Amino acid sequence: MRSIARLWPVVFAMLLGVFIVYGAGFASPASLHNAAHDSRHSFAFPCH
Amino acid sequence: MLGRILLPAVIVGVLAGGLLTALQQIEVVPLILEAETYENGVVASGGEAQAHADGTHDHGASAGEAQSLDSENGLERTGYSLLANVVTAAGFGLLLSAAFTLLGVAGRRVDWRKGLLWGLAGFGAVQLAPALGLPPGLPGSAAVALEARQTWWLLTAVLTALGLGLIAFAPCPYLRVLGVVPIVIPHLVGAPLAEPSAGLVPHELAVRYVYASLLTNAVFWLALGALTAHLHGLFAARREQAAAA
Repeated sequence: MRSIARLWPVVFAMLLGVFIVYGAGFASPASLHNAAHDSRHSFAFPCH
Repeated sequence: MLGRILLPAVIVGVLAGGLLTALQQIEVVPLILEAETYENGVVASGGEAQAHADGTHDHGASAGEAQSLDSENGLERTGYSLLANVVTAAGFGLLLSAAFTLLGVAGRRVDWRKGLLWGLAGFGAVQLAPALGLPPGLPGSAAVALEARQTWWLLTAVLTALGLGLIAFAPCPYLRVLGVVPIVIPHLVGAPLAEPSAGLVPHELAVRYVYASLLTNAVFWLALGALTAHLHGLFAARREQAAAA
């Protein structure tokens, strides 16, 4: 049970990582797209 | 525990994101700027210099928003890119840091050399595998609907990571061999591609960009993997020292 409790921070960190990458690379609001435009192209994330 | 996962990711985000921004200035950003002259029709119409100020960059957003990105102040634009690179690097660093913590719970340690391998795997899953179907594209390149490409990209990255994970860590050999299956599936399905002739950017420019983007990202991912592993080990060792004292 204790070892399962130790995994929660790992799960939270992974979800946060996915959320951050999605926000920077995929989210569609124009302000995010514009700010991250060159970064998205450089990472080869599909962009406009 | 959460702090030990987050802190290396934040430091790595700043370091690797900064490195990436510097690397992008060599070839990637100049190619993007050149492609925008074709995208904005400056080359075709014989216009000059106003390509960025014309506000056509963002393909549908208001002219004011687009102009804020495309202001002639290159420093501002580079600043936004630096911020986006740092945030994205921190996000990827967080995923790596969480994976290293998971390995630590299982009693396995990761040093910077193994971090290089993780970086290589990250490059394979996030850059190389999606690029096999959807090559890194410049502004003005031919492309189908964004949602279809994003879905295929995400599917490919996740399945490739899953496949590489199985090959590296599955307990039995059969499962390891089966790791090839999720890696191959997205390429059997096929990426949503547009007619290449529909793009505005010259073919030679597009090809140069593919190499520039992949090479830049390869260096970035190797640095990201090695740095995250090194910092993660550093924080783990300090904690053990503190616990022993």
